[in-house]
Amino acid sequence: MPDATRHLPAKFDAWFAGRGWLVHPHQQAMLDRANDPALLLIAPTGGGKTLAGFLPSLVELADGAHQGLHTLYVSPLKALAADIKRNLRRPVEDMALPVRIEDRTGDTSYTQKRRQRADPPHILLTTPESLALLISYEDAPRMFAGLQRVIVDEIHALAESKRGDQLMLALSRLQTLAPGLRRVGLSATVEDPPAIARMLARHPDPCPILLADPGPAPDIAMLQTDAPPPWAGGGANYAIPAVLEAVKQHKTTLIFHNTRAQAEIFFHNLWLANTDDLPIGIHHGSLAREQRERVESAMVAGQLRAIVCTGSLDLGIDWGDVDLVIQVGAPKNVKRLVQRIGRANHRYNAPSKALLVPANRFEVVECIAALQAVQAHDLDGDPKGAGPRDVLCQHILIAACAGPFHADDLFDEVCSVGAYTGLTRADFDACLDFCATGGYALRAYDRWKRLLQTADGKWQLRDPRAALRIRMNIGTIQDTDTLKVRLKGNFKPLGEVEESFAATLTQGDTFLIGGQIVRYDGLREMTVEVTRDASKTPKIATFMGTKFANSTQLSQRILRMFAQDDWPQLPAHTAAWLGLQRQVSKLPEVDRILVESFPHDGRQHICVYGFAGRNAMQTLGMLLTQRMEEMDLQPLGFVATDYAVLVWGLKPVTDAAPLFRAPDLRAGFETWLSGNAVMKRTFRGAATIAGLIERNLPQARKSGRQATFSSDILYDTLAKYDPDHLMLQITREEALRGLVDFGRIEEMLARTAGHVDHVALDRVTPLAMPLFLEQGRIALAGAGRERLMEDEAAALMAKIGLPAD
Amino acid sequence: MNSYAFTLCGTRCQALPSGALWLPEAGTLCVSDLHLGKSDRIARRSGVMLPPYEVQETLDKLADDIGATDPRQVICLGDSFDDLAAAGSLDRAMRLHLSSLQAGRKWIWIEGNHDPGPVDLGGSHLSQIEVGTLSFRHIATSATAEVSGHYHPKHRLAGRSRPAFVVDAKRIVMPAYGAYTGGLDCMSPTIRQLFGPRAIAILTGHKALAVPLA
Repeated sequence: MPDATRHLPAKFDAWFAGRGWLVHPHQQAMLDRANDPALLLIAPTGGGKTLAGFLPSLVELADGAHQGLHTLYVSPLKALAADIKRNLRRPVEDMALPVRIEDRTGDTSYTQKRRQRADPPHILLTTPESLALLISYEDAPRMFAGLQRVIVDEIHALAESKRGDQLMLALSRLQTLAPGLRRVGLSATVEDPPAIARMLARHPDPCPILLADPGPAPDIAMLQTDAPPPWAGGGANYAIPAVLEAVKQHKTTLIFHNTRAQAEIFFHNLWLANTDDLPIGIHHGSLAREQRERVESAMVAGQLRAIVCTGSLDLGIDWGDVDLVIQVGAPKNVKRLVQRIGRANHRYNAPSKALLVPANRFEVVECIAALQAVQAHDLDGDPKGAGPRDVLCQHILIAACAGPFHADDLFDEVCSVGAYTGLTRADFDACLDFCATGGYALRAYDRWKRLLQTADGKWQLRDPRAALRIRMNIGTIQDTDTLKVRLKGNFKPLGEVEESFAATLTQGDTFLIGGQIVRYDGLREMTVEVTRDASKTPKIATFMGTKFANSTQLSQRILRMFAQDDWPQLPAHTAAWLGLQRQVSKLPEVDRILVESFPHDGRQHICVYGFAGRNAMQTLGMLLTQRMEEMDLQPLGFVATDYAVLVWGLKPVTDAAPLFRAPDLRAGFETWLSGNAVMKRTFRGAATIAGLIERNLPQARKSGRQATFSSDILYDTLAKYDPDHLMLQITREEALRGLVDFGRIEEMLARTAGHVDHVALDRVTPLAMPLFLEQGRIALAGAGRERLMEDEAAALMAKIGLPAD
Repeated sequence: MNSYAFTLCGTRCQALPSGALWLPEAGTLCVSDLHLGKSDRIARRSGVMLPPYEVQETLDKLADDIGATDPRQVICLGDSFDDLAAAGSLDRAMRLHLSSLQAGRKWIWIEGNHDPGPVDLGGSHLSQIEVGTLSFRHIATSATAEVSGHYHPKHRLAGRSRPAFVVDAKRIVMPAYGAYTGGLDCMSPTIRQLFGPRAIAILTGHKALAVPLA
C-alpha cells in the first residue's frame, strides 16, 4: 500500500517553484510509493521520468545521515549514465544536498574504479556489464551492504536482450547482499507493461505499474521530396536536399538510421551537399570514444544543428532542444519508431515532430504502414522466452569469482529472477556442471576442472587466477569481433570495423569511417591502419551493422496494403511501381507464397516473398537451398530481407511448389539445424557468453593467427561427438526463437496453407530488384560452390600455363 | 582423383585433400602440426574447457589417410603435440588408437617448437629426416628441397579460406593437419617471403585445388 501523500521537504518545493515547475502526478506517485519493493513507471520521453526515479533517493539522502551507497542507477548506455550525472548535479547543487554522484562504466579510469569500490558514492550510475563486474569482486558484500534503491532506466530496451537477463541475475545477488533493496524500473511506452513488471520484481513480489500521461499525439509525416526515392538501396541520397532544408528550419534535428553503415554514407553525402556549412555531427557505436564524446558535448552546448545517428542515440539521453526527429529508412518496428519520435521536443505536453524518409520504394510502403500503425497506437512486440542458460552459466562463473558459494543458495537466488522462475534444479545443475567440468559426455578434465567443490560442499575456482580471465569476458553484448581503425602514425583510433569487413579489404581500398574517407594501408598488430584519402567516393561502401527484423504486425499491414486495387495513400511513383509489379508478375498476397523465377547476370534466380521478417526469411533461404542442393539445382547463395529471399544458382527452378511442402521443410529444418552457418553464429554467441570462448585475452593478440581457430570447428566437433551437450541445446533453443525464427516460417505456412504461386519470367521484376543491392549475401558450400572453385582454380592455373590437376 | 600431383626436386609428391603429403615412391605419408592435446593444454592453462574430442577427430582423419595409402613410413612433421605435458596426458583409448596406426610401419616424430623432446608413444624422435631428394623439418630454413610445417598456411579462393599447401620449385610448407588449428594467410609476408614468384597454393577440402600464389 502506498503511504499517504508524501510531502516534499521544503527545499525541494522551493527548488521546483524556483524553476517554475510543478511536481508531475507520476513524480508524486513515485514518492508516495517509495517503499514498495518494486515499482514500474511508464512515461513518455520528456515527462520528467528520470527525476521521478531519483526524487525519492534525493529526499532520503537530503539529511546527510546515510553512509555509503544508497542508490544504484543502471542504464543500457554509458552515455546515458554520463548524461544523468550531468542532469542530477543541477538539483543537488542548487539545493546544496549532501549527495555524491558518480558514474562507472567501461570508460571509467582504473584508479577511479578502485576508489569507488573502497569508498562508494551515494548514487552510482552504471551499466549492466559494469554491475556484473562489480558483483564478481570479493568485496562486493561490503560495497553493497547499505544499498537501498536500484533504478533501472530504459528497462524496455534491456528487456529485449540478454543484457536484461544478466542485470536481473545481478540484482538477485544484490538483494541477498542488501535485503531491503527496493527496485524501480523506468520505461518508455511498451505494448505489454506487466511483462516488464514481472521481469523487474523479485519473484513473487508484486510490482505496481504507474502510467504517466502519454502527452499529445506526435506530429509525424513523410518527408516531401522533389525527387522520388530509388528502386533499391538504403542511402536515401535523393532526400538530402529536403533533409538539409528541414534541418535549416529547425533548431536541432536528430537523423536516425537503422545501421551504422547507412549513417556513415548518409553523413558523408549530407556533408558534400551542405553548402551552408551547417554544423552537423555523426554519432554511432563504432566510433572511438573521444569522437563520440566530442559530439555529445557539442550537442549539449547547442553547437550542432543536426546529428546523424543510430541506436546509440535511441535511448532517453537528454540532448537538449531537439525539435525534429528524422527517421531514414523504414523503422521496421512501430514501438521503436514511437520511442525515437519521443526524442523530439522535451517540453512536456508539446507534440513531438518527426519525419519519415524511406530509402527506396519498398520502404515507402513500409513507412506508410508504420505511420498508420502509430496513429492506431498499434505497438508490436513478441513475448520473451525463459531466461537463457548461457547467461546463467556466466552468472555462475561470476559468483565463483566473488568467492566460494553453495549451489543451493545460488539456485534459490536465481529462481527469484522473473525470467528464471521456471528453471528446474536439473537445468541449473547442468549449467553448474558445464562451468565446473565442461559438461562433456567424455569426462576428460578431471585434473583441470574450472570449479572444484571444497570439503564443506562449496564451489570455488580451481585456479584463482582464472578470475581475471572471467572478468575480462563479462557481458552479453553480441558484437562481432571488431578491429580498431587508426590513422598511420597516429595513436588515437578513429573507430572500429568488424573483423569480417577488414578481411575483405585490400591495400588501396577506400571506405568511410566517422564521416571521412580513408584508404586501407594494412593490418598491424590487429589494428587497421589507414591514411586520409581525398577521393570523393569511397570504393567500398562500408562495414555492416545490426539489422532489425520487421515485426509481424508491420508485415501484415503491408500485405493488406498490397491487396488494394489502387494506392491513393502512396506517392505516385510508388503506386506506379506496385502497379508495374502487378502487371508483369503478381503482388504478394496474405494467403499465398509468391515465387518468381528468372535468369539474371548468368545465374538462375528465384525470389520468394514470404513476409516473415529478416531472420525467418534467412532461415527459409537456408532450407530452400538445402532442398535445391538435394535436387541438384546447384544453388550458390542467397540474400534475405524482411519480405523476401533471393536465391541464385547454376540451374533453373521449373516448379517451385515442391520446395514448400511443410513436412519436408520441417524435416529439413531438423537436419539443417545441426550443420548450418546461422547455428554456428548462434553457437558462437552462446559459447562466448557461457565462457567456452574467450573474446578478450590477458595479453594483446599478436598478428600471427595460428594460435586462434574458428569457433565453427568447436561447433562441428560437438555436433559430431557430443550432440546433446548443453551448448548445443542452448544454441538450438536460441536459434529457434532468434536468428532462426522458425516460428515465423510456421506462421507463414499456416497463413498460406502452403499455396504457392510460381511465376516464371525472363527478367528481374520490380519487386525483386531491391534484393540485388542488399548486403549480407550468404554463399553456400555445396556442389555448385565446389564447381565454381574448381573452375576458378583451373582458370587461374591456365593463365600461368600450369596443369590444374 | 582428388589429390594434386607435382614433382619437387625430382621427387614425386601428392597433396591429399586432407592436408597430408604422400610420396608414392618412398611409401611415405607426411602430416604436420597435429597439435594433439590442445584442449588439455588450454584447460590446464586457462580453465577454459573446449570439447575434448580433437585428438579423436585428428587421429580418425589420419587413420583414413593411412588406410587409403598404406604407407611404409609416417612422418609427423613437428608440433604433433600441443606441448609435452599434453602428449603425456593422452588417454588410454587414444594411445591405443595411435599404436594401432603405428603398427607395421616406421613412425617418425619430428621435433617442433611445441614438442621439443621425445614422447613416450613409440616411433623415433628426430629433428629432421631425408627421404629421397627431400629433407623434412618443422620450420623452413634457407635450404632447398625442403618440406616443413609450422606456419599453418591458409588460402582464400572464391571467398573461402581453407588450409593450404604452399609449394614452389624449392620447398613445400604444409598446412596444419590437427582439428583444433587456426591458420595464417599465405599472402602474409611471413609465409609469402619464403617462396619465389611462381609459387602455388594447394587448398585442402573436398578436393585438393591448386592456384597460383599471385
